[in-house]
Amino acid sequence: MSKFQVDEHGYYGQFGGAYIPELLYPNVKELEDNYLEIINSEAFQKEYLYLLKQYVGRPTPLYLAPNLSKKYGAHIYLKREDLNHTGAHKVNNTIGQILIAKHLGKKRIIAETGAGQHGVATATVCALMNLECIVFMGEVDIKRQAPNVARMKMLGAKVVAATSGSKTLKDATNEAIRDWIQHPEETYYLIGSVVGPHPYPDMVARLQAIISEEMKWQLKEQTGKENPDTIIACVGGGSNAAGAFYHYMDDEEVALVAVEAAGLGINSGESAATSQLGQVGVIHGSKTILMQDEYGQITEPYSISAGLDYPGVGPLHAHLFESGRGTFMNATDQEALDAAFELTELEGIIPALESSHALAVLGKMDLKKDQVIVINLSGRGDKDLETYINELEKREARNHE
Amino acid sequence: MSKINQLFKEKPNRLCSVYFTSGYPNLNDTTTVIKGLEAAGVDFLEVGLPYSDPMADGPTIQESSSVALKNGINLDVIFNQLEEIKDEVNIPLIAMGYFNQVVRYGAERFCQKCQSVGIETLVLPDMPMIEYENTYKAMFAKYGLSNVFLITPQTSEERIRKIDEMTDAFIYVVASSSITGAKGTISNAQIDYFNRIKSYNLKSTLIAGFGISSKDTFDTVCNHVNGAIIGSAFVKYIGANGVDNIDAFVKDIIG
Repeated sequence: MSKFQVDEHGYYGQFGGAYIPELLYPNVKELEDNYLEIINSEAFQKEYLYLLKQYVGRPTPLYLAPNLSKKYGAHIYLKREDLNHTGAHKVNNTIGQILIAKHLGKKRIIAETGAGQHGVATATVCALMNLECIVFMGEVDIKRQAPNVARMKMLGAKVVAATSGSKTLKDATNEAIRDWIQHPEETYYLIGSVVGPHPYPDMVARLQAIISEEMKWQLKEQTGKENPDTIIACVGGGSNAAGAFYHYMDDEEVALVAVEAAGLGINSGESAATSQLGQVGVIHGSKTILMQDEYGQITEPYSISAGLDYPGVGPLHAHLFESGRGTFMNATDQEALDAAFELTELEGIIPALESSHALAVLGKMDLKKDQVIVINLSGRGDKDLETYINELEKREARNHE
Repeated sequence: MSKINQLFKEKPNRLCSVYFTSGYPNLNDTTTVIKGLEAAGVDFLEVGLPYSDPMADGPTIQESSSVALKNGINLDVIFNQLEEIKDEVNIPLIAMGYFNQVVRYGAERFCQKCQSVGIETLVLPDMPMIEYENTYKAMFAKYGLSNVFLITPQTSEERIRKIDEMTDAFIYVVASSSITGAKGTISNAQIDYFNRIKSYNLKSTLIAGFGISSKDTFDTVCNHVNGAIIGSAFVKYIGANGVDNIDAFVKDIIG
């Protein structure tokens, strides 16, 4: 029995569970009773793997980045989730969940999105399966991720602005849950991360586990060994990290490094580094670590990266943190921007701002010459061009002086 | 016997309860609202504990909660406000909030405070039944607190019967499958639902909530269950009219 898998009651250690209003109980119970049977069925596996291969473009490459490796003095591999159809790892999950939704006979799909990657991935599979799609997105994120909003609309989704709270991912999730409460029978809530009530964290982790499944044979092929020394992934809710860690959680020789967004700095009051700033509590239906005040009011987080701008963390990650199995690091806005420019210059790859947080800790680690590191490059940077252009202008102005 | 069960014994029908958001529209309106509602003839009150992320509430209550939090409301302020008027309030008080508030405040400390200010019933819509059974039932009992569970049109008969067994105040019957919010009418499907619940012959008092906003909806609901809770409609009213004419609002509904 794995120490890090969900238990029969839906918990990872003390974290997880299903803290939901009675109105949602039948929906969550229906999913809980059926998800494993569906996922493990031959029909599901066949269709899921077929779509991942022929529609998404998997397996994604595992690329030994020569210039980055040289700079940091280690063997640094990039797991190229940025090359997936729609531009990030999110689609692994949406392909799986849309098949589950179809199996349950649901006709109306709702989703929350931060950076818009999950929204695009959901709108994409809804177009593919001809299902109604409604995406909730914070008003602030709608502004800073305009290209993804346009893509969702072109794909036929209705994008609804969340205007409460900090108008970001947390608030989009609240609106999605409200909508689900209002339309419990016909609606499937397609959650984009390893958050929410059980069984969502486990279901999403299983659907993202394809990342580490491929890493194993790709590493074996390229290095002769299935295990790297270190895996690095960014964590907002934590779905790309869950996928990259999944098949390595019980191999304790593999160091698992989760990188949170420090925003303007851990102690600046403008941060999203949940493990450093949070305490145990309940958010969006699961018990986990979250940023809150002394009265349990959830704190509004901040990060330059819309995908990491979340005051909680999935219960699996809370457990990895509390048990010490995971190493939690963080990177500021500026460190992430610098890392994005560095990867672009060294390897000709423009990463998403989220993934840049994972890259940004390389300089903070004590690396050994033979160390094999896999960084999960969870998404590409097209959606962040406006932010990158601003940074480029700043850099040009500095050079000019 | 708890105050609320005493009430149910004396008045089995047309029970009228009102939900209000503490600290709304102004921080110190809490006590005025409680005294005003009691004077207007409301039978028991739901004291809303404003929360940053109230996922079981609709936009009206969420907005009022957000205003109240900006006003500076928190659990300590609310407990102090209730303490202040403890001797003047005779009707039963119910606290309604979210599980995270209780966990973070310290569940035992929260229970202690509730008991000392005269709250004897709790509604925590996102507390799982299993947590209640395993952990909180005993703790609540120690401080004389009873817990209220919600049921909806989607709740199975088996689960309703289990809730009935565990209930020692009342069952909160969610009157529509929508979230709280003034809607204006009670549909035939809702009446069928009330009648189905009634046919189970449960031991608990049934109080309907969500979507009751007028004399019409109140009367209709009271033909089928023991009473009703008015929430969003009242919050909207005090948001627009302030807290000095509560009597007029209540009289319009209960006559």
